[in-house]
Amino acid sequence: MSTNKDMNLILKIWRQKDQKSSGKMVDYKVNGISPDSSFLEMMDVLNEGLISKGEEPVEFDHDCREGICGMCSLYINGEAHGPDRAVTTCQLHMRKFKDGETVTIEPWRAKAFPVLKDLKVDRSSFDRIQQAGGFISVNTSGNTQDANATPISKYNADKAMDAATCIGCGACVATCKNASAMLFVGAKVTQYSLLPQGQVERKERVLNMVKQMDLEGFGNCTNTGACEVECPKGISLENIAIMNREYLKASITKED
Amino acid sequence: MSVLDAKIPEGPIKEKWTNHKNNINVVNPANKRLIDVIVVGTGLAGGSAAASLAEMGYSVKAFAYQDSPRRAHSIAAQGGINAAKNYQNDGDSIYRLFYDTVKGGDYRSREANVYRLAEVSGNIIDQCVAQGVPFAREYGGLLDNRSFGGVLVSRTFYAKGQTGQQLLLGAYSAMNRQIGKGKIQMFSRHEMLDVVKVDGKARGIIARDLVTGKIERHSAHAVVIASGGYGNVFFLSTNAMGSNVTAAWKIHKKGAYFANPCYTQIHPTCIPRSGDHQSKLTLMSESLRNDGRIWVPNNLDDVKAIREGKLTPTAIPEESRDYYLERRYPAFGNLVPRDVASRAAKERCDAGFGVNGTGEAVYLDFKSAIQRYGKEKALVTGNHNPTDTEVLEYGEEVIKAKYGNLFQMYEKIVDQNPYKTPMMIYPAVHYTMGGIWVDYNLMTSIPGCYAAGEANFSEHGANRLGASALMQGLADGYFVLPYTIGDYLADEIRTGPIPTDTPEFDAAEKEVSDTLNKLINIKGTKSVDHFHKRLGKVMWNNVGMARNESGLKEAIKTIREIREEFWKDVRVPGTTQGLNTELEKAGRVADFLELGELFALDALDRNESCGGHFREESVELDGEQKGEAKRDDKNYKYVAAWEWTGDAGKSKLHKEKLEFNDIELKQRSYK
Ligand SMILES: Cc1cc2nc3c(=O)[nH]c(=O)nc-3n(C[C@H](O)[C@H](O)[C@H](O)COP(=O)(O)OP(=O)(O)OC[C@H]3O[C@@H](n4cnc5c(N)ncnc54)[C@H](O)[C@@H]3O)c2cc1C
Ligand code: SF4
Ligand code: FES
Repeated sequence: MSTNKDMNLILKIWRQKDQKSSGKMVDYKVNGISPDSSFLEMMDVLNEGLISKGEEPVEFDHDCREGICGMCSLYINGEAHGPDRAVTTCQLHMRKFKDGETVTIEPWRAKAFPVLKDLKVDRSSFDRIQQAGGFISVNTSGNTQDANATPISKYNADKAMDAATCIGCGACVATCKNASAMLFVGAKVTQYSLLPQGQVERKERVLNMVKQMDLEGFGNCTNTGACEVECPKGISLENIAIMNREYLKASITKED
Repeated sequence: MSVLDAKIPEGPIKEKWTNHKNNINVVNPANKRLIDVIVVGTGLAGGSAAASLAEMGYSVKAFAYQDSPRRAHSIAAQGGINAAKNYQNDGDSIYRLFYDTVKGGDYRSREANVYRLAEVSGNIIDQCVAQGVPFAREYGGLLDNRSFGGVLVSRTFYAKGQTGQQLLLGAYSAMNRQIGKGKIQMFSRHEMLDVVKVDGKARGIIARDLVTGKIERHSAHAVVIASGGYGNVFFLSTNAMGSNVTAAWKIHKKGAYFANPCYTQIHPTCIPRSGDHQSKLTLMSESLRNDGRIWVPNNLDDVKAIREGKLTPTAIPEESRDYYLERRYPAFGNLVPRDVASRAAKERCDAGFGVNGTGEAVYLDFKSAIQRYGKEKALVTGNHNPTDTEVLEYGEEVIKAKYGNLFQMYEKIVDQNPYKTPMMIYPAVHYTMGGIWVDYNLMTSIPGCYAAGEANFSEHGANRLGASALMQGLADGYFVLPYTIGDYLADEIRTGPIPTDTPEFDAAEKEVSDTLNKLINIKGTKSVDHFHKRLGKVMWNNVGMARNESGLKEAIKTIREIREEFWKDVRVPGTTQGLNTELEKAGRVADFLELGELFALDALDRNESCGGHFREESVELDGEQKGEAKRDDKNYKYVAAWEWTGDAGKSKLHKEKLEFNDIELKQRSYK
């Protein structure tokens, strides 16, 4: 079904064969794109066209296509997740673009996120930061205390939830001129620091996670606030402030 | 004895699980280190199983096709998770949850399994809270609950509209702790492409590193498949783009029976398809039906005017609207179970009353709720004479607090403001109750091979209640499998490490490589998606919400044709080396093309209507229930477990008879 509202676009896309090769921008045309389709559905149309011409399709990450898995990660017209606010790439719709527009599409760029192929990057550094301390040490015994034994104020529970909504997409890093991961790490540290269950390991956690973050090659935070603007889940800068406080307290009072 | 032994423990239903746990073998801690377990999948089921097994001391290898265990599709669950905690003091109990689940599943599940699920449900909530899962709370600091899916008690725990995300991040954090300790080796961006059997037992898998393209051999003393559901056989569904049947299908072809493949849940409240470019469908949480009223215009002129953009729904007066669920089911109204609501929407749209360009949409209208809540809130706020605008404002505030993120999501996708104009919804494939057959211990018909979560067929019978899949996934992974697997592994302590340089691994690897090479070398003319979409269309039209004999037979024939054409004419670009998404997709669609046929065959065999499976030949002919689904307990009270014989169409049916000793069988009625 094609309508007169359909759009034609010029795409400039980063193509890179593998991690070792150097990449370059390549131009493509796509025609007949419905404004109601999503950005990734537009990419599907491009790829179907490339396949039918016998060319290799453009590789990009995606899975849930509903803004929650954190897999999609395109840098569109110089913005992580593109021009719309509070959305992931997969939730971005073509009605945000104009017929005839040229759209630039690049991968996340950061030392700690090496490109694997085309627009796919390796974000396992995020996992390793979580492995360093992003958990509460509790075994699955089947006789943990009753869930309602320790009331938690609604205010703290809601704030912990707000921090916990981070989807680990990495847009904050991609958009930061220093490629800092402070928003991502701050969100996890904040979530646990607000909950009674997170208290015992509170100091070690923040120290270990920050240490791993530095080891992975993420940059320093210079408070530009760009991460908050591009974060699809509205994770606020307050999480960075809380983490800094937690870190300071932990460094001063850490028992050895 | 039949080949299917469900191994249900003896004794009264309330004591079965406790007794069983006390009687099964355990492996001593020193020996656990020497035992390797492979877990395929890191969703709620696989993630929780991997973490718990590692905590117990086993050496675990976990696999996921995404780039991180945190991205499994469990992440997308919105609504909540059930547990029989009775925190609201509304009379909930283990028995009531058990009863609701068996009844909701239209008496096609195994009583003993469901009872165990209800029994461990409370532990799940305790465990998750201990992990730091930020469930919603009341002002007093205690956990909040909502009622979900038309049950009479409030037993659903939730974390905003992101319950699955928070539960999965809980399991992910438990995994991370074990990965950090070296007890779990995590293989992200890896796809399992076959199971390896040695002397009849599952002894490992063949996996492909999706980045390098390398085929790898991994051995273990047991293999757990927790690879999720297969709804993507319909092409369009609420599943993730990569959700697949491959892991489950490969073990099926090596001897694991596939049970009730035709049991599918079609969810009534999804955002309708907007055109041919559509790649997936988005669910709008079922909780919306608590406040939204579903309707279509009652005359075709209005429908036509709406489609042409000459009329807006808000301009249609009450008397020209058909609130068809309230009309047909006065007792339950808009809260009838999912299958009933879905079929009713299809019925109206098939009759020509669909309200969007594709003719496949009905309205979900919040106007009445906004009015009602607005008046309430005005009073509470001390405003006894609110203006109409104030009532609307108050009402919208209440709705926003309840469903804000869903409304926002809808607006982003559809570009309409659902506070001002009714939402449009249409049913979509959402969940597959069918899956790999397992016994009470969650072991498949291959010794040493287990299946957990949506990948197995277990507790939901022919229809799943809302908020029960998350419960089942975590029950399997945290509280059932880690114990039952010990019974098998206790005999493995002397086995020692399993070598991978054996003829069995050679053969399995060769088979995998041959298939990949074959796909690349067809060099046909049509893309993988082309075939997937065609399969999806047949499935949706002939094997979807309503099924009949001739349609099913036609589906079987067409699917075979598509499959033949696929193997002659598919075009997979690139090579088997390095990252190649099209190659991954091709392998998955090849498996869907076989599963689709078995799916239709199963639907054909089951000439009754039960739960999500509706056979047009099996309806009530008269009385109050005229036209409604008719179950046939005399002939179909069994689990259909299919054995692979080399051709999906010639699969062999084994029947596991279901017995109901603790619940009386009744016909469902929502009138
Ligand atoms: C949109 C949506 C909303 C839902 N809402 C609710 C709700 O509110 N309440 C509720 O109870 N249920 C809900 N459900 C159902 C529920 O979320 C799922 O049934 C459940 O999360 C499935 O968990 P799982 O662990 O079995 O599988 P998944 O979470 O799907 O995990 C599958 C895992 O297997 C891996 N995998 C798959 N194939 C392979 C392979 N070949 N090789 C290697 N790895 C593989 C994947 O990488 C992934 O890690 C919802 C489902 C959807 C789609
Ligand atoms: S903080 Fe925001 S941008 Fe960064 S990873 Fe989390 S969700 Fe993505
Ligand atoms: S694809 Fe999952 S968030 Fe975009």
